[in-house]
Amino acid sequence: MNALPCTIYVAFTGAFLALVAGARSAQAARVVALLTALTLWGLTLYAASGFVPAAGLQDLVNLPWIPQLGINYHLAADGISLTLMVLTGLAATTGVLFSWNIEERTGEFFALYLSLIGGVCGVFLSADVFVLFVFYEIAIVPKYFLIAKWGSTNREYGAMKLVLYSFAGSALVLAGMLWAYAASGGQGFGLAQLAMAAADFTRTQQLGMFALVFTGFAVLAGMFPFHTWAPTGHVAAPTGASMLLAGVVMKLGAYGCLRVAMPLFPVGFEFFQPVIAWLAITGILYAGFVALVQEDFKFVIGYSSVSHMGFVLLGLAAANATAVSGAVLQMFSHGVIAGLLFAVVGRMVYERTHTRHLMDLKAMPLHRLIPFAAVVFVLAGLASMGLPGFSGFPAELTILIGTWQTKPLWALAAAGGVLVAAAFTLRAIQVSFFGRTGPDVCTEAPHPLPPITWPEKAGALLLLGATIYLGLCPDTLLDWIRPALHSPVFQALLSGGPS
Amino acid sequence: MKMDYAGLFHALQPEAHLVLGALLVLAFDMVWARHRPANRHHVALAIGLLSLVLAGWKAVATGGTGPVFGGVLMLDTLATATRVGVVTLAALAVALLPSPARLRHPAEFVAILLCATTGFTLMAAANQLLIVFLAVELASLSLYVLAGFDKTRPESAEAALKYYLFGGMAAAFLLFGFSLLYGLTGSLDLDMIAAQLSMRGPSPLLLVALGMVLVAFGFKAAAAPFHLWAPDVYQGAPAPAAALIASASKLAGLVVFTRLLWPGLGSAVGTIAHVPITVGWAPVVALIAAASLLLGNIGALAQTNVRRLLAYSAIAHAGAMLLGVIAAGRLGPGPLFYYAATYGLAAVGAFGVLSVLEATGPAQKLTDLAGLYKRSPLLAGCLAIFVLSLAGIPPLAGFFGKFAVFAAVLRLGGLGGPVGWLAIAAIALSAVGLYYYLLILKQALVATPAEDAPAVKIPLPAALALLTAAALLVVLGVLPSLVLGIF
Repeated sequence: MNALPCTIYVAFTGAFLALVAGARSAQAARVVALLTALTLWGLTLYAASGFVPAAGLQDLVNLPWIPQLGINYHLAADGISLTLMVLTGLAATTGVLFSWNIEERTGEFFALYLSLIGGVCGVFLSADVFVLFVFYEIAIVPKYFLIAKWGSTNREYGAMKLVLYSFAGSALVLAGMLWAYAASGGQGFGLAQLAMAAADFTRTQQLGMFALVFTGFAVLAGMFPFHTWAPTGHVAAPTGASMLLAGVVMKLGAYGCLRVAMPLFPVGFEFFQPVIAWLAITGILYAGFVALVQEDFKFVIGYSSVSHMGFVLLGLAAANATAVSGAVLQMFSHGVIAGLLFAVVGRMVYERTHTRHLMDLKAMPLHRLIPFAAVVFVLAGLASMGLPGFSGFPAELTILIGTWQTKPLWALAAAGGVLVAAAFTLRAIQVSFFGRTGPDVCTEAPHPLPPITWPEKAGALLLLGATIYLGLCPDTLLDWIRPALHSPVFQALLSGGPS
Repeated sequence: MKMDYAGLFHALQPEAHLVLGALLVLAFDMVWARHRPANRHHVALAIGLLSLVLAGWKAVATGGTGPVFGGVLMLDTLATATRVGVVTLAALAVALLPSPARLRHPAEFVAILLCATTGFTLMAAANQLLIVFLAVELASLSLYVLAGFDKTRPESAEAALKYYLFGGMAAAFLLFGFSLLYGLTGSLDLDMIAAQLSMRGPSPLLLVALGMVLVAFGFKAAAAPFHLWAPDVYQGAPAPAAALIASASKLAGLVVFTRLLWPGLGSAVGTIAHVPITVGWAPVVALIAAASLLLGNIGALAQTNVRRLLAYSAIAHAGAMLLGVIAAGRLGPGPLFYYAATYGLAAVGAFGVLSVLEATGPAQKLTDLAGLYKRSPLLAGCLAIFVLSLAGIPPLAGFFGKFAVFAAVLRLGGLGGPVGWLAIAAIALSAVGLYYYLLILKQALVATPAEDAPAVKIPLPAALALLTAAALLVVLGVLPSLVLGIF
């Protein structure tokens, strides 16, 4: 466990080294980035191997930082953090592999990429709200440059929109957090400390603070109606960044809701619970239907991300041990699957055909030209639909079962989303890869398509392996997550007892 | 009053060093350097830097000895910190001395800059109305001259004239307000004034006096609605002068303002932390702060000129700093000082980058920055740090400054009164701010350079100044206790 804080330092050091190496050659920067990501992932796996599940956060570092304001550099982790750290390591590594073809300003690309990862790791490990917020904001700015410089369609618009939404969200969090700090008498920002002080807040204060902090984090989690940054941002981003954005950055929002907003302000949560649930269900259905009619291949995936994140928020809103553990599992599962889908669309298809328009792709027999991409996409699509054998199945099923225990109507409404997901995924598969089949299909593209390279194959196999492994033994992660939910802060929040 | 001339001279050592430096730089130039044009700049720069360093060292060595000369000056922690702060900012600004082609009289420029700095260090310690007025005017008159120093451009003359006219008006307001205060209390000493005022309570005349003083400081701090001079002056003045106006002048002005309002007029503060509001200066300051935050942030959105954009951002920052002034009474001046000092560092840095760029071509429009990353990676990297600090992105100092000030303001009374809501509004407006700061960085780091854009050569003093400012922003941002701990 004590290896986890090193991931933050490794990421930032790697970012600096990639910048230096990039001044010499692009290849050096790539190698540095890959080694950094592998080290980071290795550290998380090493921490996981020695992890003893327990209720509550296990302290990693706790040093006084700004004593004048009662702020400590306090890092801690439990099974939920660990799950997301392993996901971050995996996403970072595969993201580097799928960014192998970045030729322009490679060093700077990977420097920004790795500082984004560093910020993400910091958020997942913070046990002091101030520290969490600092890392959360560190993760915002690199996104702008990653998209605005290396992105595609409408990139400057997409980048600015994404960053302003994130920053506005973080401003809400800051406002709520400072309000809570002031109301608690300016003692400090420790999670446990604030949770204790929050018990004495008035009902109005609890409602106000919860609304600010939860909305702030939910913006980043892509909650309807604050989701519009996600599709445009994901579409504009370069593949590696899309994978990170959908894979881990959206999880920051959901994690913030679970770690900060809900345990600190249980009264506020109880009041807003139905609102959140219905917004989540609306998001699932609305984004699913929108994905059904998209003409841009990447937009289909972008909206599918919003739809799947709706399940995470629904699981959180249902607030029982089953649903919340399903939500965390879905965070991991969606991180892997979304990464895979963006990798196929953004890297394997778009970089070769130079179009993402579904009608143009329909005219090309892609399943013959790049069969590897077709196979990966079909498998990823099946996983995304929630078929048994892939990680999406246990995750969404657990959420739906848990939600049923709280309110059957919510579960029924959300189950419709699974059908919509199947519809838009099947349509995407059919139109993009199998647009033209039959004996008369020509086997030539308008221009020759380069073969799939080794980093793409390696990255795809890693992600596929992860989703299949989790589909077969989801208990690996659930055994970490469930004990974490037994901690007093979560027990006070969750109904229905431990699963 | 106890006339302790030895103590006075001891306390004024930094100022003495600055004035001597100013005389020396002029004398040396007249006797020796003007006949050696190749070295003229270097000599002026070296003497200027030397006297600034000595003054800073003396300020630290003198330390906080309490009231001086019967309370005319107050040497407390805040005064010492501010003296060191303004001297550091002035040293960074003087290192940006324009090239000989653009500045024909470097010695005069440095000498006047040192005079302005003398004004700032006096402002840091002034504890009597007359000294406050003299210090403010010494600094202002020097700054008017500095703003008009670039004789090759009519914009510089325009800047100086506008600054002078607005500043002169503000001085009249300040003097009128002070004379009313003197008439009310019969004293110029802030301590005596405070004692008198706490006995008699608010009166209409006091409110008029307060109004005059607030208007004057609104002008000086470029707070809305008295901000109209700022964009033109920032646009036209030579870069080091603009840097000084944006940084050291602001820090010193806010400190003297805080000293005047809190110990001096503390009994007339009024309440805004809780409903109902009572009359006093705090509600007015809060109104000025709100107007500045709103107008600065919205006005900056429409700018296409970098310097005007920085001016509007300065107006917005002035609003946030005025919130810090309100909070300084109960929670100490630490957050305010941290905010103003680190804002100054970022502002000097941003103007420094523009000043280096001006040597190779125009550096006014946002598009003039296009492709800076290719023309000079070092400059682009520094600019990124300065602008992101202005935007308040951690781990840079600008973030913690905002955080500390807003936390202090909310601790006054939570959301129970208008000032708490103002802090929330300021946080929301910082999201607006990020938009225009990113516009600068988009040009510098993302846009491709023009075909004929030459590579940028950074003079050594400017490079050192920029690196120092950037390093300080990072270090103070990661370890804010270094500054907060001294209060």
